[in-house]
Amino acid sequence: MLTLFLILYPALAATLILLFRGERVKQAALVAALVELVLAGFAFFSFQPDATSQFGFDYPWLGTLGIRFSAGIDGISVLLVLLTGLLLPFIILSTFNRSYDRPSTFYALMLYMQAALVGVFTARDGFLFYLFFEAALIPIYFLAAMWGGENRIPVTFKFFVYTIFGSLFMLVALVYLYYQTPATGLIPHSAAITDFYKLKLTPEAQNWVFWAFFIAFAIKMPVFPFHTWQPDTYVESPTPATMLLAGIMLKMGVYGLIRFILPIVPLGVETWGKTAIILSVIGIIYGSIIAIRQRDMKRLIAYSSFSHVGLMAAGVFSQTETGMQGALVQMLAHGINVVGMFFVADIIFSRTNTRQLDQLGGITQTTPKLTVYFMIMLLGSVALPLTNGFIGEFLLLHGVFTYNHYLGLAAGFTIIFGAVYMLRMFQKSMFGPTSSRTESFADLTSSESWVFVPLVIMVFWIGIYPHTFLKVTEPAVANLMKYIGTTAVSMK
Amino acid sequence: MLPIVLLSVFGIVLLFLGFLKSKAVLLPAALLFLLITLAANFLDWNKSYLYFNDMLRTNNLSMIFTAIVLGSAFMVVALSSSFIEDESAQPAEYYALILFSLVGAIMMVSFENLIMLFVGVEILSVAMYVLTGSDKRNLRSNEAALKYFLMGAFATGIMLFGMALLYGATGSFTLAGLDSYTANPQAGLSLLIYVGLLMLLIGLLFKVSAAPFHFWTPDVYDGAPTIFTAFMSTVVKTAGFAALFRLLSVSFEGVYSFWWVILAIITAITLVIGNITAAYQNSFKRMMAYSSISHAGYLLIGLAALGAQTKQAIVFYSLAYSVATISAFGVLLLVAQQRSTQTFSSEGASDGVTSENFDAFNGLARKNPLLGFAMAVSMLSLAGIPLTAGFWGKFYMFSTAVERGQIWLLVVAVLMSAVGIYYYFRVIIAMYFREGALEPIRVAPFYRYVLLAATILTLGLGIAPGLLQGLF
Repeated sequence: MLTLFLILYPALAATLILLFRGERVKQAALVAALVELVLAGFAFFSFQPDATSQFGFDYPWLGTLGIRFSAGIDGISVLLVLLTGLLLPFIILSTFNRSYDRPSTFYALMLYMQAALVGVFTARDGFLFYLFFEAALIPIYFLAAMWGGENRIPVTFKFFVYTIFGSLFMLVALVYLYYQTPATGLIPHSAAITDFYKLKLTPEAQNWVFWAFFIAFAIKMPVFPFHTWQPDTYVESPTPATMLLAGIMLKMGVYGLIRFILPIVPLGVETWGKTAIILSVIGIIYGSIIAIRQRDMKRLIAYSSFSHVGLMAAGVFSQTETGMQGALVQMLAHGINVVGMFFVADIIFSRTNTRQLDQLGGITQTTPKLTVYFMIMLLGSVALPLTNGFIGEFLLLHGVFTYNHYLGLAAGFTIIFGAVYMLRMFQKSMFGPTSSRTESFADLTSSESWVFVPLVIMVFWIGIYPHTFLKVTEPAVANLMKYIGTTAVSMK
Repeated sequence: MLPIVLLSVFGIVLLFLGFLKSKAVLLPAALLFLLITLAANFLDWNKSYLYFNDMLRTNNLSMIFTAIVLGSAFMVVALSSSFIEDESAQPAEYYALILFSLVGAIMMVSFENLIMLFVGVEILSVAMYVLTGSDKRNLRSNEAALKYFLMGAFATGIMLFGMALLYGATGSFTLAGLDSYTANPQAGLSLLIYVGLLMLLIGLLFKVSAAPFHFWTPDVYDGAPTIFTAFMSTVVKTAGFAALFRLLSVSFEGVYSFWWVILAIITAITLVIGNITAAYQNSFKRMMAYSSISHAGYLLIGLAALGAQTKQAIVFYSLAYSVATISAFGVLLLVAQQRSTQTFSSEGASDGVTSENFDAFNGLARKNPLLGFAMAVSMLSLAGIPLTAGFWGKFYMFSTAVERGQIWLLVVAVLMSAVGIYYYFRVIIAMYFREGALEPIRVAPFYRYVLLAATILTLGLGIAPGLLQGLF
């Protein structure tokens, strides 16, 4: 029941917010998001770490077809539900010094987005998953295209068509899987994900189902070479939308890999998994190199995000327990870091009206608070030990390294490159002589600080005591790995 | 049966009401008549009857299709309030023709005999030819009517020839007679069956504007007054597909292996031509014409993969498509009327193009949030985006194809769906993201309710598609 509430509540709150006018909209949206955070936090801390699905809700939706509105939280989705609940209040808080045209629509769309995202991460029915997967696109499309930069219309349109195009293949695969489930007399086929797990598909079918799913998720994450929509979309979207995109939405892709591809088509993974890892590793290195060359802060963070998510995909396809655990923790960590980084970029842009590194510099002279917070978020991003990024990247690299030493080595470049572009960004923007734009740079306001404080706490919490999070996911991951191992053998 | 009688009588009554001085009574009367007919339609629910010497059969399926057709007509008529202001309009005749054409549509959804199918097609078509040309001052309207009539007559001829061949082969015009012949061939099937079926299919595929028999569609849709375009693209298509489904599922299942390949190829061509060409249009109305061709393609998927799911798929898709299309044309009608830059030249002909371009929608959502929202929802539904009825329509269609293992056809459909998103979103982009310094559009209250109802229906069926389940 709690799951249903987690999905429906933000949607209802969003609808109510449409009725608000003026400044109160922001506060109302913040309160609404905080309530969701409390609910998500409650779900996280009262979650029993075992491999079961909890707080479930199940209702026949298209009864005669066996399609159900079935949602619940298990060890794999729990971190993502927490992430979704956690980030939104800070994303909303980060807009407090900005004013957006038609604010009620703006904040309502963010909350609708949250509802759809929670739906994606908790769906236990294949079609419900698809529905939310697509539904999440509509608010983010409007957010990006209505409040974005100059080039927003063609850029966000490309993003929209690109992702829908991928998803349609997933739909075909889902319908196919649905018809493979047994149906007898009065009992219809089933779209329950657990029933998909029981299927024994032929190797040929596994191959094409693998690609149908992989294209959908690879576009969403994005994995090389499906990433061309991403940097432009990130840059052109208004920063809160970029935070939603990078912080939460791209995790839908990684989550999909874990939830669908690995357990349903293990033979497909066996055949094509290496290709997927190689593509991911290419993305890691390629993204990093391009990030080093960037002058625009937002674009730089966008490419770094592309590089990081490649590592998550590689970790998942390594099919090791550490890789999988790493991917889950890194999803949480990356969400926190990337939101922090984009917020820094947004603060700098709002005060100097530029994101070009050449035109910045010397900000640190007037801004002790921003400097510290920026540095901490940055260290998290470059995976310094004791920060959240380290835990995730360590586990991921360990996983990839176990799978293949060379690929692990190549993926390891992400740490070196990451340090290069991140520190370069910090140096160019914060140190050195001040420019005309940064002379009178004001330090953080209290509402801005309030965005950073909890994020920083999370950076260290995950970095110092990851056990809080790892223990919750561990049984589910172990169970999944055991399951993948046995089915792959039995299918041969 | 009762709806047919009622509509015929009401049509004549409407003609007489036209003698009244005030036109104001016509619209409420037409709506009332349609409502009464709709209610009467359901009197025989859960019963099956044969009428007119076994030439018509009513059953639940035919009643559902009749309800969709009547409901679409109701919404179209409800959007026609501007007839009162238009001096040259002849609403009594228009409404009467609409009611008569519905008689034809109902015959098409419930025929039991090929002759009845033919009569139904002709009643529907002739009314449509007239309505297409009803804007007498507009050259495009006249041209469209002539084109529609000539090509339609040709298609009818082919269809009739097909029926004659089928009769020659089987000695029967009834669906049951054809079925018993094709299902249990005595000594191999006569070649006439195949040729006859093919010609019959050509005639019907022409009516639903499937490629390569679609050439009339863009010009006719474009030339006809928008309100009748809405009627044409929903009622004619629904009736056509109901007829095709009935024909193929009842009489020709025995020769499925013969016709499915042909239909599947036609489906693929229709999807490709409809979607790709729609993407190139600058006029919204022409885009809708090509999109209507593409939707014929999606509906054909269900027929080419005829199976247990097909019935449900066609009913749901027809409903979702009709509601969304009427809503879209409803908004277009207002936009075109009130943002019109069309000028009448000395010959009395108008260019009539400018106000139907995508640009006419610029900034609409800001000035008229309701119109923008209604249009956006209908575009999302036509594009098949989840949470709208259109998504489930596509879902059912895709399901039928997967069940039959026609994955290649599905890949074509998926690729073309992505193209579809491109052109449907052009309207959304224009409405929401572009600036248009124009006055808000005036919307009459009743008009607003109709658009709202269509929008709620589209979203309602998108969120709870099971609502209709009890009907199948």
